[in-house]
Amino acid sequence: MSEKKLMKGNEAIGEAAITAGCRHFFGYPITPQSELPAYLSKRMPQVEGVFLQAESEVSAINMVYGAAASGVRVMTSSSSPGVSLKQEGISYLASSELPSVVCNIMRAGPGLGTIQPSQSDYFQAVKGGGHGDYHCLVLAPNSVQEIVDLVRLAFDLADHYKNPAMILIDGVLGQMMEPVDFGNYKPTFVEKPWAANGCKDRKPNAITSIHIDPKDMEQHNLRLQKKYALISEKEQRSEEWMMEDADIMVASYGMTSRIVKSAIRKAREEGIKVGLFRPITLWPFPEKKLDENINRVKEILVVELSAGQMIEDIKLVNNGRLPVSFHGRMGGMTPSVEDIYDEIKKIHDRLTVKA
Amino acid sequence: MKVVFERPEALQNVPFTYCAGCTHGIIHRMVAEAIDSLGIREKTIGVSPVGCAVFAYDFFNCDVVAAAHGRAPAVATGIKRSHPDKYLFTYQGDGDLAAIGTAEIVHAAARGERITVIFVNNAIYGMTGGQMAPTTLLGQKTDTTPYGRDARANGLPIRVCELLQSLDGVAYIERVSTHDPKHVLQAQKAIKKAFQYQVEDKGFTLIELLSTCPSNWGMTPVESLKWLEENMLPYYKLGVYKDIG
Ligand SMILES: Cc1ncc(C[n+]2csc(CCOP(=O)(O)OP(=O)(O)O)c2C)c(N)n1
Ligand code: SF4
Repeated sequence: MSEKKLMKGNEAIGEAAITAGCRHFFGYPITPQSELPAYLSKRMPQVEGVFLQAESEVSAINMVYGAAASGVRVMTSSSSPGVSLKQEGISYLASSELPSVVCNIMRAGPGLGTIQPSQSDYFQAVKGGGHGDYHCLVLAPNSVQEIVDLVRLAFDLADHYKNPAMILIDGVLGQMMEPVDFGNYKPTFVEKPWAANGCKDRKPNAITSIHIDPKDMEQHNLRLQKKYALISEKEQRSEEWMMEDADIMVASYGMTSRIVKSAIRKAREEGIKVGLFRPITLWPFPEKKLDENINRVKEILVVELSAGQMIEDIKLVNNGRLPVSFHGRMGGMTPSVEDIYDEIKKIHDRLTVKA
Repeated sequence: MKVVFERPEALQNVPFTYCAGCTHGIIHRMVAEAIDSLGIREKTIGVSPVGCAVFAYDFFNCDVVAAAHGRAPAVATGIKRSHPDKYLFTYQGDGDLAAIGTAEIVHAAARGERITVIFVNNAIYGMTGGQMAPTTLLGQKTDTTPYGRDARANGLPIRVCELLQSLDGVAYIERVSTHDPKHVLQAQKAIKKAFQYQVEDKGFTLIELLSTCPSNWGMTPVESLKWLEENMLPYYKLGVYKDIG
Protein backbone atom coordinates (compact mmCIF):
# COMPACT_ATOMS: atom_id res chain seq x y z
CA MET A 1 0.00 0.00 0.00
CA SER A 2 1.31 3.42 -0.76
CA GLU A 3 1.16 5.93 2.04
CA LYS A 4 3.27 8.90 3.02
CA LYS A 5 5.90 8.57 5.72
CA LEU A 6 7.88 11.35 7.35
CA MET A 7 11.56 10.52 6.97
CA LYS A 8 15.06 12.00 7.08
CA GLY A 9 16.92 12.01 3.78
CA ASN A 10 19.65 9.70 5.08
CA GLU A 11 17.12 7.16 6.38
CA ALA A 12 15.19 7.34 3.12
CA ILE A 13 18.36 6.26 1.29
CA GLY A 14 18.49 3.19 3.51
CA GLU A 15 14.84 2.25 3.13
CA ALA A 16 14.93 2.88 -0.63
CA ALA A 17 17.93 0.56 -0.92
CA ILE A 18 16.05 -2.17 0.95
CA THR A 19 13.01 -1.79 -1.30
CA ALA A 20 15.42 -2.02 -4.25
CA GLY A 21 16.51 -5.45 -3.04
CA CYS A 22 19.81 -4.37 -1.50
CA ARG A 23 20.67 -6.67 1.40
CA HIS A 24 24.33 -5.76 1.86
CA PHE A 25 25.72 -2.57 3.33
CA PHE A 26 29.32 -1.86 4.32
CA GLY A 27 30.29 1.50 5.82
CA TYR A 28 32.36 3.49 8.27
CA PRO A 29 30.97 6.24 10.53
CA ILE A 30 31.25 9.87 9.46
CA THR A 31 29.05 12.95 9.91
CA PRO A 32 26.69 13.99 8.28
CA GLN A 33 25.64 10.55 7.04
CA SER A 34 25.53 8.66 10.34
CA GLU A 35 21.72 8.24 10.33
CA LEU A 36 22.07 5.97 7.29
CA PRO A 37 24.28 3.25 8.81
CA ALA A 38 22.34 3.56 12.08
CA TYR A 39 19.09 2.99 10.18
CA LEU A 40 20.46 0.05 8.20
CA SER A 41 22.05 -1.56 11.26
CA LYS A 42 18.48 -1.75 12.58
CA ARG A 43 16.74 -2.67 9.32
CA MET A 44 19.13 -5.16 7.69
CA PRO A 45 18.74 -7.86 10.35
CA GLN A 46 14.93 -7.53 10.00
CA VAL A 47 15.16 -8.47 6.30
CA GLU A 48 17.95 -11.06 6.73
CA GLY A 49 20.43 -8.64 5.26
CA VAL A 50 24.00 -7.79 6.18
CA PHE A 51 25.12 -4.60 7.88
CA LEU A 52 28.82 -4.46 8.56
CA GLN A 53 30.76 -1.58 10.09
CA ALA A 54 34.19 -1.84 8.47
CA GLU A 55 37.54 -0.71 9.87
CA SER A 56 37.82 2.08 7.29
CA GLU A 57 36.26 3.44 4.12
CA VAL A 58 39.02 1.66 2.21
CA SER A 59 37.90 -1.68 3.62
CA ALA A 60 34.22 -0.83 3.20
CA ILE A 61 34.56 -0.14 -0.52
CA ASN A 62 36.57 -3.33 -0.98
CA MET A 63 33.86 -5.30 0.81
CA VAL A 64 31.48 -3.71 -1.68
CA TYR A 65 33.84 -4.90 -4.41
CA GLY A 66 33.66 -8.48 -3.11
CA ALA A 67 29.89 -8.47 -2.63
CA ALA A 68 29.30 -6.93 -6.08
CA ALA A 69 31.68 -9.44 -7.65
CA SER A 70 29.63 -12.23 -6.12
CA GLY A 71 26.47 -10.87 -7.74
CA VAL A 72 24.43 -9.24 -4.98
CA ARG A 73 23.04 -5.71 -4.76
CA VAL A 74 25.31 -3.76 -2.43
CA MET A 75 25.69 -0.22 -1.14
CA THR A 76 28.10 1.90 0.89
CA SER A 77 27.83 5.46 2.08
CA SER A 78 30.12 8.09 3.44
CA SER A 79 30.83 11.80 3.42
CA SER A 80 33.54 13.69 1.58
CA PRO A 81 36.77 12.71 3.43
CA GLY A 82 35.61 9.10 3.50
CA VAL A 83 34.65 9.17 -0.16
CA SER A 84 38.18 10.34 -0.96
CA LEU A 85 39.44 7.14 0.68
CA LYS A 86 37.05 5.07 -1.43
CA GLN A 87 38.40 6.36 -4.72
CA GLU A 88 40.89 3.55 -5.35
CA GLY A 89 38.12 1.03 -4.83
CA ILE A 90 35.71 2.93 -7.09
CA SER A 91 38.28 2.92 -9.90
CA TYR A 92 38.59 -0.87 -9.50
CA LEU A 93 34.77 -1.25 -9.47
CA ALA A 94 34.54 0.76 -12.68
CA SER A 95 37.29 -1.21 -14.40
CA SER A 96 35.99 -4.61 -13.30
CA GLU A 97 32.48 -3.40 -14.24
CA LEU A 98 30.86 -4.24 -10.92
CA PRO A 99 27.35 -2.87 -10.23
CA SER A 100 27.31 -1.05 -6.91
CA VAL A 101 25.88 2.07 -5.25
CA VAL A 102 28.03 4.60 -3.40
CA CYS A 103 26.44 7.52 -1.51
CA ASN A 104 28.28 10.73 -0.77
CA ILE A 105 26.50 13.00 1.73
CA MET A 106 28.82 15.91 1.01
CA ARG A 107 30.37 18.14 3.65
CA ALA A 108 32.73 21.05 3.24
CA GLY A 109 36.40 20.51 2.45
CA PRO A 110 39.20 20.46 1.60
CA GLY A 111 40.83 18.43 4.35
CA LEU A 112 38.79 17.59 7.40
CA GLY A 113 36.80 20.76 6.67
CA THR A 114 33.52 20.95 8.48
CA ILE A 115 30.35 18.89 8.71
CA GLN A 116 28.16 21.58 7.17
CA PRO A 117 26.68 21.08 3.67
CA SER A 118 28.67 21.52 0.52
CA GLN A 119 28.74 20.60 -3.16
CA SER A 120 32.48 20.71 -3.51
CA ASP A 121 32.91 17.03 -4.46
CA TYR A 122 31.32 17.56 -7.89
CA PHE A 123 34.64 17.25 -9.71
CA GLN A 124 35.56 14.15 -7.73
CA ALA A 125 32.21 12.52 -8.48
CA VAL A 126 31.77 13.31 -12.17
CA LYS A 127 35.32 13.65 -13.46
CA GLY A 128 36.62 10.35 -12.15
CA GLY A 129 37.97 10.90 -8.66
CA GLY A 130 40.17 7.84 -8.79
CA HIS A 131 42.79 6.96 -11.39
CA GLY A 132 42.16 6.04 -15.01
CA ASP A 133 39.57 6.94 -17.64
CA TYR A 134 36.25 6.00 -16.09
CA HIS A 135 32.90 7.37 -15.02
CA CYS A 136 30.42 6.65 -12.27
CA LEU A 137 26.76 7.31 -12.93
CA VAL A 138 26.07 10.27 -10.64
CA LEU A 139 22.52 11.07 -9.47
CA ALA A 140 21.71 14.23 -7.52
CA PRO A 141 18.24 14.29 -5.89
CA ASN A 142 16.81 17.49 -4.39
CA SER A 143 14.07 16.12 -2.11
CA VAL A 144 13.59 13.15 0.16
CA GLN A 145 11.05 11.71 -2.30
CA GLU A 146 13.50 12.06 -5.15
CA ILE A 147 16.15 10.34 -3.00
CA VAL A 148 13.90 7.29 -2.88
CA ASP A 149 13.27 7.34 -6.62
CA LEU A 150 16.90 7.88 -7.56
CA VAL A 151 18.35 5.30 -5.15
CA ARG A 152 16.13 2.71 -6.83
CA LEU A 153 17.15 3.99 -10.24
CA ALA A 154 20.81 3.86 -9.19
CA PHE A 155 20.55 0.13 -8.43
CA ASP A 156 18.79 -0.53 -11.75
CA LEU A 157 21.25 1.51 -13.81
CA ALA A 158 24.24 -0.02 -11.99
CA ASP A 159 23.02 -3.53 -12.81
CA HIS A 160 22.03 -2.64 -16.36
CA TYR A 161 25.34 -1.01 -17.28
CA LYS A 162 27.55 -3.01 -14.89
CA ASN A 163 28.89 0.20 -13.45
CA PRO A 164 29.19 1.89 -10.06
CA ALA A 165 26.48 4.52 -9.47
CA MET A 166 26.78 7.37 -7.01
CA ILE A 167 24.12 9.26 -5.07
CA LEU A 168 25.44 12.75 -4.46
CA ILE A 169 23.61 14.92 -1.94
CA ASP A 170 24.63 17.50 0.62
CA GLY A 171 24.32 17.24 4.36
CA VAL A 172 21.18 19.39 4.59
CA LEU A 173 19.13 17.05 2.42
CA GLY A 174 20.49 14.09 4.37
CA GLN A 175 19.22 15.58 7.63
CA MET A 176 15.98 17.03 6.26
CA MET A 177 12.63 15.46 7.23
CA GLU A 178 10.03 15.27 4.45
CA PRO A 179 7.06 13.10 3.59
CA VAL A 180 7.85 10.23 1.20
CA ASP A 181 5.79 7.67 -0.62
CA PHE A 182 7.45 4.31 -1.19
CA GLY A 183 4.62 3.17 -3.48
CA ASN A 184 4.20 -0.45 -4.53
CA TYR A 185 7.62 -0.72 -6.12
CA LYS A 186 9.07 -4.18 -6.82
CA PRO A 187 12.71 -4.44 -7.83
CA THR A 188 13.68 -6.23 -11.02
CA PHE A 189 16.80 -8.33 -10.76
CA VAL A 190 18.99 -9.12 -13.74
CA GLU A 191 20.89 -12.35 -14.31
CA LYS A 192 24.58 -12.12 -13.44
CA PRO A 193 26.20 -15.13 -15.10
CA TRP A 194 29.60 -13.42 -14.74
CA ALA A 195 29.46 -13.36 -10.93
CA ALA A 196 32.05 -15.16 -8.80
CA ASN A 197 29.78 -17.16 -6.49
CA GLY A 198 30.95 -20.73 -6.98
CA CYS A 199 31.50 -22.51 -10.31
CA LYS A 200 28.91 -25.28 -9.99
CA ASP A 201 27.92 -26.54 -13.46
CA ARG A 202 29.92 -23.90 -15.26
CA LYS A 203 33.46 -22.78 -16.05
CA PRO A 204 35.15 -20.70 -13.34
CA ASN A 205 34.60 -16.94 -13.47
CA ALA A 206 37.48 -14.53 -12.98
CA ILE A 207 36.92 -10.91 -11.99
CA THR A 208 39.87 -8.61 -12.44
CA SER A 209 40.93 -5.17 -13.58
CA ILE A 210 44.41 -6.10 -14.76
CA HIS A 211 45.07 -6.40 -18.52
CA ILE A 212 48.82 -6.46 -18.60
CA ASP A 213 49.24 -6.32 -22.39
CA PRO A 214 48.74 -2.65 -23.41
CA LYS A 215 46.90 -3.79 -26.53
CA ASP A 216 44.36 -5.58 -24.33
CA MET A 217 44.18 -2.68 -21.92
CA GLU A 218 43.45 -0.29 -24.77
CA GLN A 219 40.68 -2.57 -26.01
CA HIS A 220 39.29 -2.71 -22.47
CA ASN A 221 39.33 1.09 -22.33
CA LEU A 222 37.67 1.38 -25.72
CA ARG A 223 34.89 -0.94 -24.57
CA LEU A 224 34.38 1.14 -21.43
CA GLN A 225 34.30 4.35 -23.48
CA LYS A 226 31.69 2.84 -25.77
CA LYS A 227 29.58 1.99 -22.75
CA TYR A 228 29.97 5.54 -21.38
CA ALA A 229 28.89 6.96 -24.75
CA LEU A 230 25.77 4.77 -24.66
CA ILE A 231 24.98 5.85 -21.09
CA SER A 232 25.46 9.47 -22.09
CA GLU A 233 23.09 8.99 -25.03
CA LYS A 234 20.35 7.28 -23.00
CA GLU A 235 20.45 8.38 -19.40
CA GLN A 236 20.60 12.19 -19.27
CA ARG A 237 18.01 13.53 -16.84
CA SER A 238 17.15 17.08 -15.84
CA GLU A 239 14.32 19.28 -14.64
CA GLU A 240 13.24 22.57 -16.22
CA TRP A 241 11.14 24.90 -14.13
CA MET A 242 9.61 28.15 -15.42
CA MET A 243 11.88 27.94 -18.42
CA GLU A 244 9.21 28.32 -21.20
CA ASP A 245 9.49 32.11 -21.48
CA ALA A 246 12.70 32.65 -19.51
CA ASP A 247 15.41 35.13 -20.53
CA ILE A 248 17.63 34.15 -17.62
CA MET A 249 18.48 30.53 -16.82
CA VAL A 250 19.71 29.66 -13.34
CA ALA A 251 21.51 26.32 -13.29
CA SER A 252 21.69 24.56 -9.96
CA TYR A 253 21.37 21.03 -8.57
CA GLY A 254 20.50 19.25 -5.35
CA MET A 255 19.39 21.14 -2.26
CA THR A 256 20.71 24.44 -3.65
CA SER A 257 18.16 24.28 -6.47
CA ARG A 258 15.39 24.67 -3.89
CA ILE A 259 16.81 27.94 -2.61
CA VAL A 260 17.12 28.98 -6.27
CA LYS A 261 13.43 28.17 -6.83
CA SER A 262 12.43 30.52 -4.02
CA ALA A 263 14.60 33.26 -5.52
CA ILE A 264 13.04 32.67 -8.93
CA ARG A 265 9.53 32.92 -7.45
CA LYS A 266 10.44 36.25 -5.89
CA ALA A 267 11.91 37.53 -9.17
CA ARG A 268 8.87 36.33 -11.12
CA GLU A 269 6.63 38.36 -8.79
CA GLU A 270 8.47 41.37 -10.15
CA GLY A 271 8.01 40.27 -13.72
CA ILE A 272 11.58 39.04 -14.26
CA LYS A 273 11.57 36.18 -16.75
CA VAL A 274 13.82 33.65 -15.07
CA GLY A 275 13.73 29.86 -14.81
CA LEU A 276 15.65 26.94 -13.35
CA PHE A 277 17.63 24.27 -15.16
CA ARG A 278 18.40 21.44 -12.73
CA PRO A 279 20.67 18.56 -13.73
CA ILE A 280 19.41 15.36 -12.07
CA THR A 281 22.13 13.19 -13.56
CA LEU A 282 25.44 14.98 -13.04
CA TRP A 283 27.09 12.26 -15.07
CA PRO A 284 25.97 11.82 -17.73
CA PHE A 285 25.57 15.61 -17.78
CA PRO A 286 22.23 16.62 -19.37
CA GLU A 287 23.93 18.31 -22.32
CA LYS A 288 21.09 17.90 -24.79
CA LYS A 289 18.42 19.69 -22.74
CA LEU A 290 20.91 22.28 -21.57
CA ASP A 291 21.86 23.03 -25.16
CA GLU A 292 18.19 23.51 -26.16
CA ASN A 293 17.70 25.93 -23.28
CA ILE A 294 20.85 27.89 -24.05
CA ASN A 295 19.42 28.45 -27.52
CA ARG A 296 16.37 30.14 -25.97
CA VAL A 297 17.71 32.29 -23.11
CA LYS A 298 19.98 35.35 -22.95
CA GLU A 299 22.12 34.80 -19.85
CA ILE A 300 23.10 32.04 -17.47
CA LEU A 301 23.64 32.13 -13.71
CA VAL A 302 25.13 29.11 -11.97
CA VAL A 303 24.61 28.62 -8.23
CA GLU A 304 26.56 26.00 -6.31
CA LEU A 305 27.89 25.31 -2.81
CA SER A 306 31.45 25.39 -4.14
CA ALA A 307 34.02 27.67 -5.74
CA GLY A 308 32.45 26.78 -9.09
CA GLN A 309 32.63 23.20 -10.31
CA MET A 310 29.48 22.31 -12.28
CA ILE A 311 29.87 25.69 -13.98
CA GLU A 312 32.70 24.16 -16.04
CA ASP A 313 30.30 21.65 -17.61
CA ILE A 314 27.77 24.42 -18.23
CA LYS A 315 30.47 26.46 -19.96
CA LEU A 316 31.53 23.49 -22.11
CA VAL A 317 27.99 23.11 -23.45
CA ASN A 318 27.53 26.89 -23.72
CA ASN A 319 30.76 27.05 -25.70
CA GLY A 320 31.03 30.85 -25.43
CA ARG A 321 27.54 31.61 -26.70
CA LEU A 322 26.09 33.40 -23.66
CA PRO A 323 27.51 35.27 -20.67
CA VAL A 324 27.78 32.92 -17.66
CA SER A 325 28.00 34.25 -14.12
CA PHE A 326 28.43 32.44 -10.84
CA HIS A 327 27.22 32.66 -7.29
CA GLY A 328 28.64 30.22 -4.77
CA ARG A 329 29.27 29.81 -1.09
CA MET A 330 31.91 27.56 0.41
CA GLY A 331 32.97 26.02 3.67
CA GLY A 332 29.51 24.92 4.72
CA MET A 333 27.82 28.30 4.21
CA THR A 334 24.65 28.50 2.12
CA PRO A 335 23.40 31.42 0.03
CA SER A 336 20.13 33.07 1.04
CA VAL A 337 17.12 33.50 -1.24
CA GLU A 338 17.91 37.22 -1.12
CA ASP A 339 21.53 36.70 -2.32
CA ILE A 340 20.41 34.71 -5.34
CA TYR A 341 17.56 37.11 -6.07
CA ASP A 342 20.10 39.98 -6.09
CA GLU A 343 22.22 38.14 -8.67
CA ILE A 344 19.16 37.53 -10.84
CA LYS A 345 18.15 41.18 -10.52
CA LYS A 346 21.65 42.34 -11.55
CA ILE A 347 21.48 40.25 -14.71
CA HIS A 348 17.95 41.47 -15.40
CA ASP A 349 19.00 45.11 -15.10
CA ARG A 350 21.95 44.49 -17.42
CA LEU A 351 19.68 42.87 -20.01
CA THR A 352 17.19 45.78 -19.73
CA VAL A 353 19.90 48.38 -20.27
CA LYS A 354 21.16 46.42 -23.30
CA ALA A 355 17.64 46.27 -24.73
CA MET B 1 60.43 -45.64 -9.06
CA LYS B 2 58.06 -43.71 -11.24
CA VAL B 3 56.64 -40.53 -9.78
CA VAL B 4 53.35 -39.55 -11.31
CA PHE B 5 52.18 -36.02 -10.61
CA GLU B 6 48.49 -35.91 -10.98
CA ARG B 7 47.11 -32.47 -11.58
CA PRO B 8 44.62 -31.54 -8.86
CA GLU B 9 41.17 -30.78 -10.26
CA ALA B 10 41.27 -27.37 -8.59
CA LEU B 11 44.21 -26.39 -10.81
CA GLN B 12 43.78 -25.55 -14.49
CA ASN B 13 45.72 -27.55 -17.03
CA VAL B 14 48.25 -24.82 -17.78
CA PRO B 15 51.90 -24.39 -16.81
CA PHE B 16 52.75 -21.87 -14.08
CA THR B 17 54.35 -18.66 -15.29
CA TYR B 18 56.35 -18.09 -12.09
CA CYS B 19 60.15 -17.92 -12.25
CA ALA B 20 62.07 -21.19 -12.16
CA GLY B 21 62.31 -22.50 -8.62
CA CYS B 22 59.76 -20.05 -7.22
CA THR B 23 57.70 -21.59 -4.42
CA HIS B 24 54.43 -19.92 -5.55
CA GLY B 25 53.84 -22.95 -7.83
CA ILE B 26 54.07 -25.59 -5.11
CA ILE B 27 51.90 -23.46 -2.81
CA HIS B 28 49.21 -23.19 -5.51
CA ARG B 29 49.33 -26.95 -5.84
CA MET B 30 48.94 -27.48 -2.10
CA VAL B 31 45.96 -25.13 -1.95
CA ALA B 32 44.34 -26.92 -4.89
CA GLU B 33 44.92 -30.31 -3.27
CA ALA B 34 43.35 -29.14 -0.02
CA ILE B 35 40.28 -27.90 -1.92
CA ASP B 36 40.01 -31.20 -3.81
CA SER B 37 40.44 -33.33 -0.71
CA LEU B 38 37.42 -31.60 0.85
CA GLY B 39 35.43 -31.74 -2.41
CA ILE B 40 34.63 -28.03 -2.26
CA ARG B 41 36.02 -26.73 -5.59
CA GLU B 42 32.64 -25.64 -6.91
CA LYS B 43 31.86 -23.85 -3.67
CA THR B 44 35.23 -22.15 -3.31
CA ILE B 45 36.09 -18.60 -4.36
CA GLY B 46 39.68 -17.40 -4.28
CA VAL B 47 40.79 -13.80 -3.88
CA SER B 48 44.11 -13.02 -5.55
CA PRO B 49 46.47 -10.24 -4.42
CA VAL B 50 48.53 -7.61 -6.13
CA GLY B 51 51.91 -9.28 -6.28
CA CYS B 52 53.36 -12.10 -8.33
CA ALA B 53 50.19 -14.16 -7.72
CA VAL B 54 47.94 -11.50 -9.29
CA PHE B 55 47.16 -13.91 -12.13
CA ALA B 56 46.13 -16.73 -9.77
CA TYR B 57 42.82 -16.95 -11.70
CA ASP B 58 44.84 -18.28 -14.64
CA PHE B 59 45.87 -21.25 -12.51
CA PHE B 60 43.08 -22.07 -10.05
CA ASN B 61 40.14 -23.95 -11.47
CA CYS B 62 37.57 -22.17 -9.31
CA ASP B 63 36.06 -18.67 -9.27
CA VAL B 64 38.66 -16.02 -8.47
CA VAL B 65 38.33 -12.31 -7.75
CA ALA B 66 41.43 -10.14 -8.06
CA ALA B 67 41.61 -7.58 -5.22
CA ALA B 68 43.39 -4.24 -5.02
CA HIS B 69 46.78 -4.28 -3.25
CA GLY B 70 46.32 -5.45 0.33
CA ARG B 71 42.53 -5.50 0.24
CA ALA B 72 41.96 -9.23 -0.28
CA PRO B 73 40.62 -9.85 3.26
CA ALA B 74 38.03 -7.08 2.79
CA VAL B 75 37.05 -8.41 -0.65
CA ALA B 76 36.78 -11.94 0.76
CA THR B 77 34.66 -10.57 3.62
CA GLY B 78 32.28 -8.99 1.10
CA ILE B 79 31.90 -12.28 -0.77
CA LYS B 80 31.61 -14.47 2.33
CA ARG B 81 28.97 -12.20 3.89
CA SER B 82 27.00 -12.42 0.64
CA HIS B 83 27.42 -16.20 0.32
CA PRO B 84 27.95 -17.70 3.78
CA ASP B 85 27.60 -21.20 2.30
CA LYS B 86 30.72 -20.72 0.12
CA TYR B 87 34.39 -21.12 1.05
CA LEU B 88 36.80 -18.24 0.65
CA PHE B 89 40.55 -18.11 0.52
CA THR B 90 42.85 -15.16 0.02
CA TYR B 91 46.30 -15.66 -1.40
CA GLN B 92 48.64 -12.84 -0.32
CA GLY B 93 52.30 -11.92 -0.35
CA ASP B 94 54.11 -10.22 2.52
CA GLY B 95 53.90 -6.74 1.00
CA ASP B 96 50.22 -7.22 0.26
CA LEU B 97 49.32 -8.59 3.69
CA ALA B 98 51.86 -7.17 6.13
CA ALA B 99 52.41 -3.65 4.73
CA ILE B 100 49.64 -2.02 2.71
CA GLY B 101 46.98 -4.48 3.90
CA THR B 102 47.65 -4.59 7.65
CA ALA B 103 44.34 -3.00 8.61
CA GLU B 104 42.37 -5.42 6.44
CA ILE B 105 44.09 -8.57 7.75
CA VAL B 106 43.95 -7.53 11.42
CA HIS B 107 40.25 -6.70 11.28
CA ALA B 108 39.24 -9.73 9.24
CA ALA B 109 40.98 -11.82 11.91
CA ALA B 110 39.43 -9.80 14.74
CA ARG B 111 35.96 -10.26 13.28
CA GLY B 112 36.63 -13.97 12.97
CA GLU B 113 35.73 -13.90 9.27
CA ARG B 114 35.24 -17.44 8.06
CA ILE B 115 38.00 -17.25 5.48
CA THR B 116 41.33 -19.02 4.94
CA VAL B 117 44.35 -16.83 4.34
CA ILE B 118 47.32 -18.26 2.46
CA PHE B 119 50.17 -15.94 3.42
CA VAL B 120 53.29 -16.30 1.28
CA ASN B 121 56.28 -14.82 3.11
CA ASN B 122 59.29 -14.54 0.80
CA ALA B 123 60.86 -11.63 2.69
CA ILE B 124 60.78 -9.38 -0.36
CA TYR B 125 58.55 -7.60 -2.88
CA GLY B 126 58.69 -9.97 -5.85
CA MET B 127 56.48 -8.40 -8.48
CA THR B 128 57.94 -4.89 -8.28
CA GLY B 129 61.51 -6.14 -8.54
CA GLY B 130 62.89 -6.88 -5.09
CA GLN B 131 62.29 -3.99 -2.70
CA MET B 132 62.27 -4.32 1.09
CA ALA B 133 59.19 -6.04 2.51
CA PRO B 134 57.90 -5.73 6.08
CA THR B 135 59.29 -9.26 6.52
CA THR B 136 62.75 -8.54 5.06
CA LEU B 137 65.35 -9.75 7.58
CA LEU B 138 67.84 -7.46 9.32
CA GLY B 139 70.95 -7.21 7.20
CA GLN B 140 69.13 -8.50 4.10
CA LYS B 141 70.04 -6.59 0.95
CA THR B 142 67.19 -5.54 -1.31
CA ASP B 143 66.65 -2.92 -3.99
CA THR B 144 65.67 -0.37 -1.34
CA THR B 145 68.02 -1.60 1.42
CA PRO B 146 71.24 -1.72 -0.62
CA TYR B 147 73.38 -1.73 2.56
CA GLY B 148 71.23 -4.35 4.23
CA ARG B 149 68.12 -3.73 6.35
CA ASP B 150 69.04 -1.65 9.34
CA ALA B 151 66.79 -1.70 12.41
CA ARG B 152 67.12 2.01 13.13
CA ALA B 153 66.72 3.18 9.56
CA ASN B 154 64.25 0.63 8.18
CA GLY B 155 62.48 -0.81 11.20
CA LEU B 156 62.32 -4.45 12.24
CA PRO B 157 60.69 -7.36 10.42
CA ILE B 158 57.09 -8.20 11.33
CA ARG B 159 56.14 -11.66 12.57
CA VAL B 160 52.56 -11.97 11.34
CA CYS B 161 51.50 -15.16 13.17
CA GLU B 162 52.72 -13.78 16.50
CA LEU B 163 50.95 -10.49 15.75
CA LEU B 164 47.57 -12.07 15.00
CA GLN B 165 47.50 -14.89 17.54
CA SER B 166 46.10 -12.70 20.33
CA LEU B 167 42.91 -11.97 18.41
CA ASP B 168 39.92 -13.92 19.66
CA GLY B 169 38.36 -14.27 16.21
CA VAL B 170 41.23 -16.52 15.13
CA ALA B 171 40.57 -20.25 15.03
CA TYR B 172 43.84 -21.51 13.62
CA ILE B 173 47.20 -20.01 12.70
CA GLU B 174 50.30 -21.97 11.76
CA ARG B 175 53.65 -21.08 10.22
CA VAL B 176 55.11 -23.68 7.89
CA SER B 177 57.94 -23.80 5.36
CA THR B 178 58.53 -24.95 1.81
CA HIS B 179 62.29 -25.56 1.87
CA ASP B 180 62.28 -29.38 1.77
CA PRO B 181 59.84 -32.26 1.14
CA LYS B 182 59.32 -32.97 4.82
CA HIS B 183 58.24 -29.41 5.46
CA VAL B 184 56.13 -29.30 2.32
CA LEU B 185 54.21 -32.27 3.67
CA GLN B 186 53.71 -30.42 6.94
CA ALA B 187 52.52 -27.36 5.01
CA GLN B 188 50.09 -29.44 3.02
CA LYS B 189 48.51 -30.76 6.22
CA ALA B 190 48.24 -27.27 7.68
CA ILE B 191 46.52 -25.84 4.60
CA LYS B 192 44.03 -28.68 4.53
CA LYS B 193 43.31 -28.22 8.22
CA ALA B 194 42.67 -24.51 7.70
CA PHE B 195 40.09 -25.21 4.99
CA GLN B 196 38.61 -27.96 7.16
CA TYR B 197 38.13 -25.43 9.98
CA GLN B 198 36.39 -23.11 7.56
CA VAL B 199 34.07 -25.89 6.44
CA GLU B 200 33.30 -26.46 10.14
CA ASP B 201 32.66 -22.71 10.53
CA LYS B 202 35.21 -22.36 13.33
CA GLY B 203 36.58 -18.91 12.62
CA PHE B 204 39.44 -17.12 10.89
CA THR B 205 42.33 -19.29 9.67
CA LEU B 206 45.75 -18.30 8.34
CA ILE B 207 48.72 -20.33 7.15
CA GLU B 208 52.02 -18.49 6.72
CA LEU B 209 54.36 -20.22 4.29
CA LEU B 210 58.06 -19.33 4.34
CA SER B 211 58.95 -19.14 0.67
CA THR B 212 61.64 -18.15 -1.78
CA CYS B 213 62.11 -15.57 -4.49
CA PRO B 214 65.21 -16.79 -6.34
CA SER B 215 64.96 -14.01 -8.94
CA ASN B 216 65.05 -11.11 -6.52
CA TRP B 217 67.22 -12.81 -3.93
CA GLY B 218 69.77 -13.22 -6.73
CA MET B 219 70.25 -16.92 -6.04
CA THR B 220 69.66 -20.24 -7.75
CA PRO B 221 66.59 -22.16 -6.62
CA VAL B 222 68.75 -24.54 -4.56
CA GLU B 223 70.70 -21.70 -2.92
CA SER B 224 67.38 -20.02 -2.13
CA LEU B 225 66.03 -23.03 -0.27
CA LYS B 226 69.23 -23.18 1.75
CA TRP B 227 69.10 -19.43 2.49
CA LEU B 228 65.50 -19.79 3.66
CA GLU B 229 66.44 -22.63 6.00
CA GLU B 230 69.49 -20.91 7.43
CA ASN B 231 68.16 -17.36 7.70
CA MET B 232 64.38 -17.32 7.82
CA LEU B 233 63.74 -20.31 10.08
CA PRO B 234 65.64 -18.85 13.08
CA TYR B 235 63.64 -15.60 12.95
CA TYR B 236 60.29 -16.99 11.80
CA LYS B 237 59.80 -19.96 14.11
CA LEU B 238 57.66 -22.70 12.65
CA GLY B 239 54.70 -24.01 14.54
CA VAL B 240 51.08 -23.65 15.52
CA TYR B 241 50.39 -20.21 16.97
CA LYS B 242 46.73 -20.73 17.67
CA ASP B 243 44.41 -23.68 17.40
CA ILE B 244 41.00 -23.67 19.05
CA GLY B 245 40.70 -27.37 18.22
C1 LIG C 1 48.25 0.77 -4.35
C2 LIG C 1 49.42 0.09 -4.93
N1 LIG C 1 50.66 0.37 -4.45
C3 LIG C 1 51.73 -0.25 -4.98
C4 LIG C 1 51.61 -1.17 -5.99
C5 LIG C 1 52.84 -1.81 -6.59
N2 LIG C 1 53.04 -3.19 -6.15
C6 LIG C 1 52.68 -4.22 -6.92
S1 LIG C 1 53.04 -5.70 -6.25
C7 LIG C 1 53.75 -4.98 -4.90
C8 LIG C 1 54.38 -5.80 -3.81
C9 LIG C 1 54.30 -7.24 -4.01
O1 LIG C 1 55.02 -7.92 -3.05
P1 LIG C 1 54.41 -9.10 -2.19
O2 LIG C 1 53.09 -8.72 -1.66
O3 LIG C 1 55.43 -9.47 -1.18
O4 LIG C 1 54.16 -10.28 -3.24
P2 LIG C 1 55.18 -11.07 -4.17
O5 LIG C 1 55.22 -10.34 -5.47
O6 LIG C 1 56.52 -11.09 -3.48
O7 LIG C 1 54.57 -12.42 -4.32
C10 LIG C 1 53.68 -3.59 -5.00
C11 LIG C 1 54.25 -2.67 -3.99
C12 LIG C 1 50.30 -1.43 -6.47
N3 LIG C 1 50.06 -2.27 -7.46
N4 LIG C 1 49.23 -0.80 -5.92
S1 SF4 D 1 59.75 -12.61 -8.81
FE1 SF4 D 1 60.13 -13.94 -7.07
S2 SF4 D 1 58.10 -14.32 -6.12
FE2 SF4 D 1 57.79 -13.51 -8.22
S3 SF4 D 1 57.59 -15.31 -9.51
FE3 SF4 D 1 59.71 -14.70 -9.61
S4 SF4 D 1 60.70 -15.88 -7.98
FE4 SF4 D 1 58.50 -15.97 -7.62
